Amino acid sequence: MALDSKVPKGPIKDKWTDYKNHIDLVNPANKRHIDIIVVGTGLAGGSAAATLAELGYNVKAFAYQDSPRRAHSIAAQGGINAAKNYQGDGDSTYRLFYDTVKGGDYRSREANVYRLAEVSANIIDQCVAQGVPFARDYGGLLDNRSFGGVLVSRTFYAKGQTGQQLLLGAYSAMNRQIARGKIEMFNRHEMLDVVKVDGKARGIITRNLITGEIERHSAHAVVIASGGYGNVYFLSTNAMGSNTTAAWKIHKKGAYFANPCYTQIHPTCIPRSGDYQSKLTLMSESLRNDGRIWVPKNMEDVIAIREGRKKPTDLSEEERDYYLERRYPAFGNLVPRDVASRAAKERCDAGYGVNATGEAVYLDFKSAITRYGKEQAKIHNITNASEEKIYELGQAIVEAKYGNLFQMYEKIVDENPYKTPMMIYPATHYTMGGVWVDYNLMTTIPGCYCIGEANFSDHGANRLGASALMQGLADGYFVLPYTIGDYLSDDIRTGKIPTDTKEFDEAEKEVKDRIDFFINNKGTKSVDYFHKKLGKVMWDKVGMARNEKGLKEAMSEIKAIREEFWKEVKVIGNANEMNPELEKAGRVADFLELGELFAKDALVREESCGGHFREESVELDGEQKGEAKRNDKDFAFVSAWEYKGEPADAVLHKEELEFKDIELKQRSYK
Amino acid sequence: MNLTLKIWRQKDSNAKGQMVDYKVTDISEHMSFLEMMDVLNEQLVNTGEEPVAFDHDCREGICGMCSMYINGEAHGPDRGVTTCQLHMRMFKDGDTITIEPFRAAAFPVIKDLVVDRMAFERIQHAGGYISVNTSGNTQDANSIPISKHAADEAMDAATCIGCGACVATCKNSSAMLFVGAKVSQYALLPQGQVEAADRVKNMVAQMDLEGFGNCTNTGACEIECPKGISLENIARMNRELMKANIS
Repeated sequence: MALDSKVPKGPIKDKWTDYKNHIDLVNPANKRHIDIIVVGTGLAGGSAAATLAELGYNVKAFAYQDSPRRAHSIAAQGGINAAKNYQGDGDSTYRLFYDTVKGGDYRSREANVYRLAEVSANIIDQCVAQGVPFARDYGGLLDNRSFGGVLVSRTFYAKGQTGQQLLLGAYSAMNRQIARGKIEMFNRHEMLDVVKVDGKARGIITRNLITGEIERHSAHAVVIASGGYGNVYFLSTNAMGSNTTAAWKIHKKGAYFANPCYTQIHPTCIPRSGDYQSKLTLMSESLRNDGRIWVPKNMEDVIAIREGRKKPTDLSEEERDYYLERRYPAFGNLVPRDVASRAAKERCDAGYGVNATGEAVYLDFKSAITRYGKEQAKIHNITNASEEKIYELGQAIVEAKYGNLFQMYEKIVDENPYKTPMMIYPATHYTMGGVWVDYNLMTTIPGCYCIGEANFSDHGANRLGASALMQGLADGYFVLPYTIGDYLSDDIRTGKIPTDTKEFDEAEKEVKDRIDFFINNKGTKSVDYFHKKLGKVMWDKVGMARNEKGLKEAMSEIKAIREEFWKEVKVIGNANEMNPELEKAGRVADFLELGELFAKDALVREESCGGHFREESVELDGEQKGEAKRNDKDFAFVSAWEYKGEPADAVLHKEELEFKDIELKQRSYK
Repeated sequence: MNLTLKIWRQKDSNAKGQMVDYKVTDISEHMSFLEMMDVLNEQLVNTGEEPVAFDHDCREGICGMCSMYINGEAHGPDRGVTTCQLHMRMFKDGDTITIEPFRAAAFPVIKDLVVDRMAFERIQHAGGYISVNTSGNTQDANSIPISKHAADEAMDAATCIGCGACVATCKNSSAMLFVGAKVSQYALLPQGQVEAADRVKNMVAQMDLEGFGNCTNTGACEIECPKGISLENIARMNRELMKANIS
């Protein structure tokens, strides 16, 4: 099937408006006869469910947690971008669009990104109306901070818990509709397959995670908002339950999967401490506003620090290598995430890592604390303030900005980051790749939509900070509610979709067979054993730097792990009860397929772009020597993979990317 | 370190449960409490025993999913943390640790350490929102100036993660800290004041219906709350309720 992105004609700034003016609408009386399933209740799914219900559709929403409020959007810390230009620093829709396309290393679809920038300002209005307590200045107006990869201050925030507050906003909107009966909420339910009738998505099969019961749910359209697949690495900043199952199931039923190799390794996470580690914790990128990243200049100091003979605070300014400021004077510590992560890896690979594992760099707040302290001393008319007093005043400001993050760090690492620099290292955080969707956010299965992190469209090969929340809410509140109406306008006479049909029988049987296999397979190894093994291959060979040899090895190694999994996996307990091991087994089975496709996608893309870094594709000389080298001539396309059984047999379809409104340039943050 | 764990095992909501002893060895002090539980479960899977079911998800203290009652305290002996952020450095070699589910009539046990917190959901459905459409056709965000003080106070109340530690801790199994936090967040903001009276009446009515107890100002909830939600929120809720009933 040829890919049609369905991008409307006309100038980029008019596309969305024209589109909205010409789509078919469903009248309010007819909406009452149309059902929509939403899988996942994070920012994208939650906002979509609330808005669709409010419009009058009957919504069934599903979450594997015990409440929509617990979706992993809750953990987003730093903020949400919007082109409000409240700071008067030159921001505009175009500039947000430009920054996002550039930050994504010119691998996203222009029209989608422009629409995202266009609706961004509306998100803030909406959230404030809902009672989201964004940070404010003393005049009572909204405050902003700046984030990596941009030169304006456009990020709105609620302390270090922006994701939490936005999700609770969407959750409150859902609650209003649940109370009205317009959303039927299914907590502790997991989608295990999609059901197609006459080629269209018409329902899903779910498992009730409390009773183990397999259920059929029908609808006129299915929306997948199940988040990213970062847990393919086993260790990531995702929640333990975050999984690719919903997205992978629709892929297996005909939805193309796009750019799986575009994965974001976030530069500022707490380093791992041992083999028992179950997940990694992010420290918000906003910390790079005030933190300076460094490693010691001299190897003797590195060794002395590792052996505990020296403390980082013993090193003078001259003995420190602020490597981001050195390499990228224009953006300094605020380079985009992919660049910052690779720079940390470069220093640690060269032996300058500052902890026992050799995988840590410092994030130091001393300069900021001193700077704020001096400012405060001036504001409070304190003359001749002592160094301690200045530090105390400055610390209060930093505490107000990032208090909860500092506390979280101290609880995990047992060190006080006000006194000694934080240690950080990159970790898997976000997946830009995902299910391929057109401009309407519809997948290649008619009637099956995919929104938020689960789709691929807006962030290209690298996502800028504070843009995930923006995209999730834009898709759910403002984009999908329009585009889905255009599709559903053909369904006003369809009537309720029955679930006692052969399509549902078949899908349910497939699901039950797989569960029975897990329960009855008397293997010898736990699910986690396989997940950890997969994660290690992914991190070592499909991680921050990739090459042809490693990727080929990864593909065959993952296949071997998958084969062993299907022979040796052991799941204790029964199918008809709460069984966390069984849940994990199903998820890991899907990761084992996705992982191989991921490596294959990375192998085919013989260029470096954004989060995808091929060692064979670097600049060899000039000012950019050693930096990633993109190849627009041969690779300015989206890789959309069609499922054909084995991941190695997946068929590549290309969506050529056109850049009419932005000139393709090498991304320079020097 | 080597530890003895006494853990509540219960097959399902109808079964009778009991405490069962387990031993874990070579636990690192840098492990989180749930990583220690992972070690135990891996051990159980390898010996063919059913692993202990417990709720957890984000493992960074924000989703509110984890819910254990450890040595007689919700989320264990540390302050200002959820169970997933509790670290084994809080314990000593040779310790015996008692692990129970959150106990409250309104939180029935589903399995082992997993409890049903749907009562919290129903309270939120009763009024935990501002009735504004999500159409985006609202006024500009800066057209409602909100004093920094009010915004910060609303934020402090809004950081509740809905874990239920307050209920599990309270001798009356009262949910007033949880409900007070939501009522306060909206009562402090001009956007929320329009429906403030109905909201507080409906949420409190649902809270009573669910079988949560009353507040007797012990303050244990505030101490055990992983997010430090202040007792003032209960006072504010009572004030809002009184206002709503008088006017």
